[in-house]
Amino acid sequence: MTNPGYKRFRPRWHRERMPIFWWLGQFSYIKFISRELTSLAVAYTAVFLVVQFWALSQGREVYGRLLEFLRSPGALVFHVLVFAVLLFHTVTWLNLAPKALVLHLGGRRIPDRAVLAAHYLAWVAACAAVAWVLLGGS
Amino acid sequence: MRRSNEPFFWALFSGGGMLAALCLPAVALLMWFAVPLGWVEAPAYEALVARLGHPLLRLVLFVFITLCLFHWGHRFRFTLYDGLQLKHLFGLIATICYGGAAALSLVAAYVLWTFP
Repeated sequence: MTNPGYKRFRPRWHRERMPIFWWLGQFSYIKFISRELTSLAVAYTAVFLVVQFWALSQGREVYGRLLEFLRSPGALVFHVLVFAVLLFHTVTWLNLAPKALVLHLGGRRIPDRAVLAAHYLAWVAACAAVAWVLLGGS
Repeated sequence: MRRSNEPFFWALFSGGGMLAALCLPAVALLMWFAVPLGWVEAPAYEALVARLGHPLLRLVLFVFITLCLFHWGHRFRFTLYDGLQLKHLFGLIATICYGGAAALSLVAAYVLWTFP
């Protein structure tokens, strides 16, 4: 991700014009763009959390209507799709962690597998924490 | 040379991405499937409102939601540049993405502040 707005010390280059759908040509490009597009699912879920809070604050009836909407077939299918995209984000993000996080201990590099395992353990812990906040101890 | 604001937004992107990766699948699974479909016994309405109304939880959620939104803003900005070859619309896209994230964060702040 370089800064495309930076042009001050940049000479004028000859550039081939790229077609808009350049990323459809090759599977690895499609994977790259789908990974980038997971941000849409992240934003949607964050906004939905706000909607959930808003519905709760409007009283029992509005909250009940939201639950009813969530049970409708259309919403269920759509949310299964969004959920799959969220999982794709989680897996691709966590799998990059060993590349982003190079740790050394006593002069030796901590192996990638250990960094990866730590991140997946953190995922399990985070899931437990979310479940506890929403459901636990009631 | 003007100092770049890139590291700041990258930090938001990165923090939001990590929090989203760790927490959002669980949130979505409970919020969209487990609770409405009755797979788990969720607290009743009053108990749920009391539980989620805790000020500390609302503060944490505000930070969480804001970071997720700026994760989107930053990543989607570059998806548009690279995917759709819109590098000439640099300023406009940045304004829409970060501005959108900021506006939605404000809405989140309002809803969480006035909850319940």
